[in-house]
Amino acid sequence: MSDAPEPITSIITPVRLEYDFTAGAAATMFLRGLAQRKIIGARSRPGEPVMVPPRGADPRTAELTLEAVEVSDQGTVVSYSIVRVPSDNIPFELPYVCINVLLDGAGLAFFHVLQECPLDEVRLGMRVKAHWAPDDQLDTSVTSIEYFEPLDEPDVPFEEIREHT
Amino acid sequence: MREVGIVSFAQSSALRERRNEVEILLPVAKEAVEASGMKRQEIGFTCSGSSDFLQGQAFAFVMGLDAVGAWPPVVESHVEMDGAFALYEAWVKIQTGEVDSALVYSFGKTSPGDLAEVLALQLDPYCVTQLWPDADSVAALQARLFMARAGLEERDLAEVAVRSRRAASDNSHAIVKGESDVETLLAEPCRSSPLRAHDCPANGDGATAMVIATGDRARALCDRPVWIRGFEHRIDAPALGVRDLTRAPSAQAAARAAGVHDDKLDFAELDAPYTHQELILRESMELPEDLEVNPSGGSLCTRVLFSCGLTRVGEAASRIASGAGDRALAHTTQGHCLQQNLAVVLEGE
Amino acid sequence: MNENSATGDSLSGLHVLEYPYRRSLGPVLSRFFTDLRDRKLTGIRDASGRVLVPPQEYDPETAETLHEFVSVGPGGEVVSYSWVAEPRSKQPFDHPFAYALIRLDGADTAMLHAVDAGEESRISVGSRVRPRWAAEPGGSILDLACFEVEEEG
Repeated sequence: MSDAPEPITSIITPVRLEYDFTAGAAATMFLRGLAQRKIIGARSRPGEPVMVPPRGADPRTAELTLEAVEVSDQGTVVSYSIVRVPSDNIPFELPYVCINVLLDGAGLAFFHVLQECPLDEVRLGMRVKAHWAPDDQLDTSVTSIEYFEPLDEPDVPFEEIREHT
Repeated sequence: MREVGIVSFAQSSALRERRNEVEILLPVAKEAVEASGMKRQEIGFTCSGSSDFLQGQAFAFVMGLDAVGAWPPVVESHVEMDGAFALYEAWVKIQTGEVDSALVYSFGKTSPGDLAEVLALQLDPYCVTQLWPDADSVAALQARLFMARAGLEERDLAEVAVRSRRAASDNSHAIVKGESDVETLLAEPCRSSPLRAHDCPANGDGATAMVIATGDRARALCDRPVWIRGFEHRIDAPALGVRDLTRAPSAQAAARAAGVHDDKLDFAELDAPYTHQELILRESMELPEDLEVNPSGGSLCTRVLFSCGLTRVGEAASRIASGAGDRALAHTTQGHCLQQNLAVVLEGE
Repeated sequence: MNENSATGDSLSGLHVLEYPYRRSLGPVLSRFFTDLRDRKLTGIRDASGRVLVPPQEYDPETAETLHEFVSVGPGGEVVSYSWVAEPRSKQPFDHPFAYALIRLDGADTAMLHAVDAGEESRISVGSRVRPRWAAEPGGSILDLACFEVEEEG
């Protein structure tokens, strides 16, 4: 037997790139709202759906969404998934529920996490509200909403949320 | 071959942007669509070019679609390349007979990242990237070889910069422009010897959009459509050491195949981000010595990565449409040291 | 996000992309990197007889599979260089150095690497260089730490 070292069959080629990410006007407005416990979307004109979070355009019509509209921090679950896969980026205990929530007044569902709800009680149509971070932890970040929690209100019938599911 | 004409063209300012890519792109795409005279929904195909690495967001190109309106669903494609290659795909799509018109756009926002490091990811990941050579240093290796082979001095490169900056004076989108003189430029220190700052591209953020349509449609839409008469691209081996960096065989092959030499050219818009690369391209593409090159100032004065190639086509088309020439070459390059090259021959009606 | 924008009314913040890639090498680069660890330089002969360094799996011109390894170097010659007066943080040195295309003895193509020449006047096209090996090989191109210029005479 030779005690020569094994041949090299793979190498590690680390890549780390740092960016000074610029949010742009629409996301800046949204993130500043979060620091004040407000959820601010945008629409192209009255009557058109409110985009939350806003990215600057109505993706259906390609019109600028320059009108800021505050929407409710309460909404309806239009989709959910139970996460059992760990990730370093996730501060929640497994398993947990992530939801698509249609905030009252919004035209687009919003992605977040649901807590304080047994897994077998999550359902489409259930009403939820934002659980905000304490005042001293509010920031221009989606972490200003720590999670969503159940709201003691009757479910919204499926027919009313069908187009968002 | 189906006759395909450039109907409209728009570009943003190339300054450093705080807007997101949708906010940059939307007004440009809207301007090109409105100038075409077609409604957005009438345009048969949408094709874009960009690179997610520039802003560091995976699938950023998908979000770019927000700016052009993808409802009802549109026929769409994307290339992780300059918009000029998206234009090529759109042109081929029209040649197949599937569609009669297309919106082509591209965007590049390089300011958030460190472009020198991002571009090192184009190199061989095993043997080269881990040395993190910046793009200017890689180009400088080519410049030194070319100067030695062609018997040129740093002064000859500076003259390209002086001429380009002067030409850019009339270009409202140009980042670097105006009068300069060779002595002043040469008094500056080298950035990566033998290249100085004036030999390297002025980088910016921005977007470009263009609408193309087939023969009669294009004639109905605008006074003087600019026809795409030849369109080719070719590529050389990626490893820097295996090819002669002082020549661009793929540029030569693309130019010949596109029919550049079939008739007289009035001017050329070359995507030459470094001064010496303009000289290599002139030689490799066998362009006449007295040919006017880069009346816009070119990519040296205004480089929006992944958009500046499509901008070269647009600048050339605009110039022909305005009557300042009848036949032009527009060129785009990708990769390090002119590895990949695209040539398109444009003619006025 | 930071309210630190001097140029516009937009938030900005640090965004990091990190890819800890482990790349499998295949037969050709496996041989190259194993030899590099053992302080040997290896190329490969292509269809026309040229020796390519670093070795390639396929002939860049004909796409033919290549398999004839050839020992090259350790010395070589600078084919072209660029002097980096202000190195960037990821680059191999924090003092000025050169990137160079180096044709190793016995090779027909040049490889890109760094030359720790001290000052620009010490390097030129045609300079003879020799490898400086990493004290502790880690399995990467940096097992060959850099090249250094041989004293003349």
